[in-house]
Amino acid sequence: MTETTVYKADPMATLKTMMRQYGGIFLALVVLCVIFSLANPRFMSVANLMNILQQVAVIAIAAFGMTWVILLGEIDLSVGSIIAVAGMVGAQVIGLGWGFVPALMLTLVSGILMGALNGVLTAKLLLPSFIVTVATMSIFRGMVSLPTNGAPAMIMDPTWTAIGAKSFIGVPIIIWIVIGLFIANHILLSKTTFGRKTYLTGGNREAALYSGIKVDRMKILIFMISGLMASISGILLSSRLYSAQTNAGMSYELDAIAAAVLGGTSLSGGTGSMIGTLIGALIIGALNNGMNMLSVPYFYQLIVKGLVILLAVWLDVRSKRRKV
Amino acid sequence: MTETPDDIVLSLRDVKKTFGPIVAIKQMQLDVRRGRVHTLLGENGAGKSTLMKILAGVQPATEGTILLDGTPFAPKSPQEAAKHGLAIVFQELSLVNTLTVAENILANREPNRFGFISDRKLIERAETLVRELGLPIDVRARVGDLSIAQRQLVEIAKGLSHDAQIVILDEPTSSLSDAEAEILFKIIGRLTEAGKAVIYISHRMEEIMRLSDDITVMRDGAYVATLEKNETSIDALIALMVGRQMNEIYPPRIGEEPGDDVAPVLEVEHLSSGRAFVDVSFSVRPGEILGFFGLVGAGRSDVMKALFGMRWYEGTIRLDGKEVDLKDPSEAIRHGIGFVTENRKEEGLVLAHSLRNNITMAALGGVSSGGFLSRHRERQRAEEESTRLGVRTASIETIAGTLSGGNQQKVVLAKWLMTRPRVLILDEPTRGVDVGAKFEIYRIIRQLAAEGTAIIMVSSELPEVLGMSSRVAIMSRKHLQAIAPRADLTPERVMSFATGQNK
Repeated sequence: MTETTVYKADPMATLKTMMRQYGGIFLALVVLCVIFSLANPRFMSVANLMNILQQVAVIAIAAFGMTWVILLGEIDLSVGSIIAVAGMVGAQVIGLGWGFVPALMLTLVSGILMGALNGVLTAKLLLPSFIVTVATMSIFRGMVSLPTNGAPAMIMDPTWTAIGAKSFIGVPIIIWIVIGLFIANHILLSKTTFGRKTYLTGGNREAALYSGIKVDRMKILIFMISGLMASISGILLSSRLYSAQTNAGMSYELDAIAAAVLGGTSLSGGTGSMIGTLIGALIIGALNNGMNMLSVPYFYQLIVKGLVILLAVWLDVRSKRRKV
Repeated sequence: MTETPDDIVLSLRDVKKTFGPIVAIKQMQLDVRRGRVHTLLGENGAGKSTLMKILAGVQPATEGTILLDGTPFAPKSPQEAAKHGLAIVFQELSLVNTLTVAENILANREPNRFGFISDRKLIERAETLVRELGLPIDVRARVGDLSIAQRQLVEIAKGLSHDAQIVILDEPTSSLSDAEAEILFKIIGRLTEAGKAVIYISHRMEEIMRLSDDITVMRDGAYVATLEKNETSIDALIALMVGRQMNEIYPPRIGEEPGDDVAPVLEVEHLSSGRAFVDVSFSVRPGEILGFFGLVGAGRSDVMKALFGMRWYEGTIRLDGKEVDLKDPSEAIRHGIGFVTENRKEEGLVLAHSLRNNITMAALGGVSSGGFLSRHRERQRAEEESTRLGVRTASIETIAGTLSGGNQQKVVLAKWLMTRPRVLILDEPTRGVDVGAKFEIYRIIRQLAAEGTAIIMVSSELPEVLGMSSRVAIMSRKHLQAIAPRADLTPERVMSFATGQNK
């Protein structure tokens, strides 16, 4: 090669790397869909697929935020509580009669602030994020009940409730939001220096520090992203329920972690992707929906879900170990 | 090797090891004799480590015979190898940082009754062992609180805690200072006096010539020759090892030394940081290589950390005559300082990521616009640096952790060259790097100096410091003892400053 090499995006090569990276998990999703549609032909209908997407939206968006946190080698267990607080903030601002836009903005800001608190405590007090977010999970969950003494708050705002109920060119608004946020997160993660710094910091914090990456700032920013994503999940959930419930989003952080990990995000940080997380969330959604359609009792659903997570992660770890 | 002396304890004949289609060891012969130090010499990738893993019972040999005391020997596990009297001290640290020295040394063999560990006996036994070996280490200390060099000594104590007839030491001095290495050499002397056989692996030629009785050279997985130390020389060994003649170990300077009229790029005045180092002043000119010598713990690395914004300091740092406040690494990088740290795996590389990611890591601003990475520019620049430094790899998408030590070090260098530094700090740049890659790294350093980069090279290897530096700064006990042009120094003078005897 005497000439300078020109790098072009080779679509086949891209497809190949994608298959290698996500092939296993994608296959799992397909197999799952085939099994459910054999058991009940209605499973693969357009209406039901949209239904799955809508049901999985809240988890998927929280999981996008969680993916950032896990990539950095941290964890955010307060996500479920932030979902509930966000819904309550929205309900209260709407209750004051301030209208939709201020309610939306203040809700998002509340999520970012809660995330910032997690980030600052983790980065500046040098506490493990697991401990910090176990604590804030409890604190935020308690705060939800402050305005109403534990009672749910009804949401009357027509715009707010439209998010969960209306469609745009035949597709529910919720699905548009999931798609939009997926694209935004994917681009931020895979195309920007911020995304690269996240991978590098998660891959080796010391090396990142010695390379001039402001590790503390990365932590704070990423917990803010997680808080923001959780607050959007909170808006969607409260919109679908027409109310803010004090127990909303309970244990959703675990589903979000499961989605990210199913999608190949390593809990030790440094490897993973938004595409993987989306597929992971879809697997969880398909499982829930499919088993509901087959009228599998709830407790069996929990057992099956746990087993599927174990199986998928084991297969993933095994295939990666063989490559190295 | 027709006659077989009867003091041979371990004998390898036509040992071969393949991993699928890859041949790691082609044909290995080795005779290890009682009461002698037998050095295995070869570049990284020559097959030494694979051979040691076979002896340690980590992997079986594919073909060939191994005789231990005349009986066939094929250990299936490290435990089995240990039972047959093989003790191995590996190069990679295998200690648990959160446990004490005593707990580590006797790991898995804690004195116990019904599973309950007796702390008193544990400490007693570890203390006896450490005292016998003459190690200056408190067995109650947590391993995590020890320096890298002290940890290496603990590792050695752990390896020797088994009653062994053959002791294998894989690069035991790679992170030891000369003083600590001396302790190790005494231990080795006592082992051979007691009639034990020592298999020694090292890249330090001076050390090899001093310690060895027999030397076996390996190249590309094959046996090259076994020589008695007395009938060979460093040059002859290097020639055998790399398969070509090496005229000089240290490449000559390219171009002229910068004269006294050249203004320094970096000036450090009265720099102190608590007890880590006290009142350090020096300056470096563009194109100059300033060697920083001292025993481990002399405070050299802490001075470098301060220069890179990783440690608080009092005093003045000036770049191009202007005072700067270096409060974090990003600030230091912005001012044109680069830092190749001494632990490349911990602080230099993201081992699970590609070479491309690693090379562009400290200069993401240069391969992006408006925060968006340019894949094209990134690959091009990473490829350029990787080719320039001669990183041996199939592609820049290769995972950094799969490369050899020398190649990894070149990747770290490439990372810093991407930032176009004016001052490049190199802390132990050739540690754990094989001879071939060492020469290449020296050549890169020479090239950078010729291009006008000011270089500060911290090293514990005296020949390296004297072979490469324009001037040498010598630290001892947290103080800068002397700073002098290379021509005015002899190894003896440098050592007397470094040990604090010359005031």
